[in-house]
Amino acid sequence: MSNFVFSSYRDLRDALLSKSISVESVVSAYLSRIEAKAHLNAYLAVFKESALAHAKVLDEKLASGKPIGKLFGMPIAVKDNIAMKGEKLTCASKILENFTSIYSATVIERLLSEDAVILGKTNLDEFAMGSSNENSAFGAVKNPINESCVPGGSSGGSAAAVGGDLALVALGSDTGGSVRQPASFCNVVGLKPTYGRISRYGLVAFGSSFDQIGVLAKTAEDAALVLEVMAGEDPMDSTSSNKPVEDYARASLDPKQLRIGVPKEFFTDALDPEINAMIQTVLEKLKAQGATLAELSLPHSEYALATYYILATAEASSNLARYDGARYGYRAKEITDPTDMYVKSRSEGFGKEVKRRIMLGTYVLSAGYYDAYYRKAQKVRRLIRNDYLNAFEQVDVILSPTSPVPPFKFGEKMHDPLTMYLADIYTVPMNLAGVPAISVPIGLNAQGLPIGLQLIGNLFSESTLIGASKLVEATREHSF
Amino acid sequence: MAVSKADVDYIATLARLSFNDAEKEAMTHDLNEILNYVEKLNELNTENIEPLANMGDRTNVLREDKPVPSISNQDALKNAPDFQDRFFKVPKVIG
Amino acid sequence: MEYELVVGLEVHCQLNTKTKAFCGCSTEFGAPANTNVCPVCLAMPGALPVLNKQVLESAIKLGLTTHCTIAPYSIMARKNYFYPDLPKGYQISQYEEPICSEGYIEFDLDGEKKRVRLVRIHMEEDAGKSIHDIGEETYIDANRCGVPLLEIVSYPDIRSTKEASAYLQKLRAIVRWLGISDGNMEEGSLRCDANVSVRPKGSEKFGTRTEIKNMNSFKSVENAIQYEMERQIEVLKSGGTIVQETRLWDADKFETRPMRSKEAAHDYRYFPEPDLVPIEVSDELLSLIKAELPEMPEVRATRFVSQYQIPEYDAKVITTDRLLADYYEEAAKVCGDPKATSNWIMGEVLRTLKEKAIEISAFPIEAKRLGVLISLVKQGVINGNTAKEVVFVKMLDEPTSPQDIVKRDGLAQVSDTSAIEKEIAEVLSASPTQLADYRSGKTKLFGYFVGETMKRMKGKANPQIINDILKRKLESV
Repeated sequence: MSNFVFSSYRDLRDALLSKSISVESVVSAYLSRIEAKAHLNAYLAVFKESALAHAKVLDEKLASGKPIGKLFGMPIAVKDNIAMKGEKLTCASKILENFTSIYSATVIERLLSEDAVILGKTNLDEFAMGSSNENSAFGAVKNPINESCVPGGSSGGSAAAVGGDLALVALGSDTGGSVRQPASFCNVVGLKPTYGRISRYGLVAFGSSFDQIGVLAKTAEDAALVLEVMAGEDPMDSTSSNKPVEDYARASLDPKQLRIGVPKEFFTDALDPEINAMIQTVLEKLKAQGATLAELSLPHSEYALATYYILATAEASSNLARYDGARYGYRAKEITDPTDMYVKSRSEGFGKEVKRRIMLGTYVLSAGYYDAYYRKAQKVRRLIRNDYLNAFEQVDVILSPTSPVPPFKFGEKMHDPLTMYLADIYTVPMNLAGVPAISVPIGLNAQGLPIGLQLIGNLFSESTLIGASKLVEATREHSF
Repeated sequence: MAVSKADVDYIATLARLSFNDAEKEAMTHDLNEILNYVEKLNELNTENIEPLANMGDRTNVLREDKPVPSISNQDALKNAPDFQDRFFKVPKVIG
Repeated sequence: MEYELVVGLEVHCQLNTKTKAFCGCSTEFGAPANTNVCPVCLAMPGALPVLNKQVLESAIKLGLTTHCTIAPYSIMARKNYFYPDLPKGYQISQYEEPICSEGYIEFDLDGEKKRVRLVRIHMEEDAGKSIHDIGEETYIDANRCGVPLLEIVSYPDIRSTKEASAYLQKLRAIVRWLGISDGNMEEGSLRCDANVSVRPKGSEKFGTRTEIKNMNSFKSVENAIQYEMERQIEVLKSGGTIVQETRLWDADKFETRPMRSKEAAHDYRYFPEPDLVPIEVSDELLSLIKAELPEMPEVRATRFVSQYQIPEYDAKVITTDRLLADYYEEAAKVCGDPKATSNWIMGEVLRTLKEKAIEISAFPIEAKRLGVLISLVKQGVINGNTAKEVVFVKMLDEPTSPQDIVKRDGLAQVSDTSAIEKEIAEVLSASPTQLADYRSGKTKLFGYFVGETMKRMKGKANPQIINDILKRKLESV
């Protein structure tokens, strides 16, 4: 603790409440590390002055004996596709390079009201489109565990920040695995809640019916605590759920009561054998503790990626229409009329992958193709969701790999979009189904690269998911 | 359903994007590769399946017709690439 | 060959809600540019829409009134296109599963009942305003972005320009009656596009149609359709074919001309709006809204005739406007004389509204004050002429009660018989010639004596008493 590295928020909070350290000293330790590890490129903006000023205010609050918030002094990083009033909101895109948000996301308001300290905004794949963070207009992020590897994406900056101790917790967004996959690559926990559990107001839309804000943290409990603060109905987001928010952080499970489903479609030749072996070890330990394992089938799994790339890109093509150079964002020079302004601003402002997805999404919605692609995919989406809802009649959680492969090298998958898309094969189905899922680190492979496993829960069963995650975390503690 | 360069041109027009020849070539290739992959959905008979559009279980999430304060004109124009007086400015609409 | 006109109308009706369709910004007209805006209607990254309850209720009210089926399940959709005054790059509208479908509107035309069927009514949002006529650039005001609209689409059931205009007038009357829109065409709260085609009379097949835009008055709707019909007939007669296209009405040049458009085809890529949840209209909600519906004009006119014993014509006139009908009922209730009230409305009130070119809502005399004025006449406090020519006129200019005006200006009617008798005696003695003429049979001169007496009494005498005394005097001598 002398170097101000904490293994969980509980450790930090205990230290703060015992007044052995101050929020200011914690925040300045994080800020120094951010500076020292600037080459990781995890942050796009660091709020040095405002974070320190906020820390001082919090120290005074504690000293004065006023009640303190649930996240008191928690140093948090925010993915730069979540709006904060008065701060840049770039989405790692040239088109928003100089854009300043005029309002704050609901989640930001809720974090601040519980006394969290926001350190800065983290790097990402442009508009959250990518699985390696190589699609950032402001440079790729390096994996803090092995700097020759990608941190995963799209929340690569957030994962690297938590994995590299440049933040205790970070917010990400997960449209097809963008929280969970980078979490597994950077050796941290990544939680994607049920669709609608957290307000999307202020999260820059990619695929509106898929997007959920998620949490990257060192422990499932920390992720759950932040979820608890952010979750709940928001009058600004019609799709936010009004289901009551539970004490997720305190959730625990008796392993003997836990029924774990193991989907055979997720354990095929496509899965890296070493990852498979590491997962089997965890499964055996859980079984030894009394958990019930059941092989099950999610028969439409092989159609998930195709379904996802039709629906999410269709929504994206529409969501990204507002970046037209008219009211904000990048506007090309030498323009003759509005159409010219749109075409040049968008072509110069968007990166390659974003343009590819806009094109694909526009195509599947265009006259004559809607039924063949879009409506067809919506129907398959229902089949996929039904697979999950049926499975959860028999099991409490489903356990799977998070990624079919360990963290890969820069440039390894950039040559071909489809190869890159296949990196999301185990994370995309949950966004199609809307169910919550979490990636929990289970150790390093022979090359010393982090591996995660994924737990998937039924709709709004975050408590069960957190309880199960704690059991998985415990198996790791036993083995190390 | 192979995508031609003419299709790419048409889609680019709709999406307000433009590509040079090399980019167009690559885009045509990529779209064909992806669309070829998604053809796999046609293996499934979805005749009696209701499309899934709404992910939540709520309906009628409505707002009362009560005004809330708007933002200032200054905030509205804060990020504008071009503006004058209280207005956003864009090149003249022709036709 | 004789041709028949076939027209279907698409009307956009701006709702008069306090706030926009998907955010809490005010819809107030005339605010400084870009001040009724927020992250939602400016399409700031990350902002999300939430539907205004009043918009849904207004749509259902119009649907019920026009005999539509109200969809038990309905969804919003995105209509994607780029335009500088459309911040999101898409308009939130409805496509599949609109809120109302398959209804009709009935109206009287030249003594006959005409029915125009409706395809659908759906909810959507307005775009902002582009100002092209200052300087070298286009100026954008987003105040109107997101203001709620209902789009009312008719079947091609209209067969003449007069029918088109009558249909629109009726639709306008309905939305005003429901209180969901001010229905003002000139100010753009009612906008109309027409699908126009012609076909040989007797033919069942529709001709190729053109879509006519930019008609901003009832007159221009008639003129534009008339022009377009003649143009199409001309083309066909000279062996040409009609091109399916969008044409703009130019009221100054009095012609329609094709709209120049860079975009080859309209490919709006509609899809369900993922940011908004479905709308379910339960039987319970439906009956709640039904209960809120005002009594419709036809029903109310019939009730006025039977309940208040006023002529059918008067009842119809009074019920052309709900606020006018409300005004009538309130004034009648205050004075207790519905017949006299109807006369006042048909006479003084409507004449004044016309002279001042104002609506009843802006009429300076509130219903209650008019009611009191009428009762003053009824009670004999003032006579009818004083009421109309003096008190009513003063009430238009000041908010004073009629009693106070009468008291202040000494306008109370004189019913004192001895005073009147005295004046009559003077009139008779001052008019020997007329008296002689009257006695020799020119009984028409009775009015002359009444007038002279009234003049001497500054118009304030009770005319009935003058009559009675005068009659007695003239007969007795």
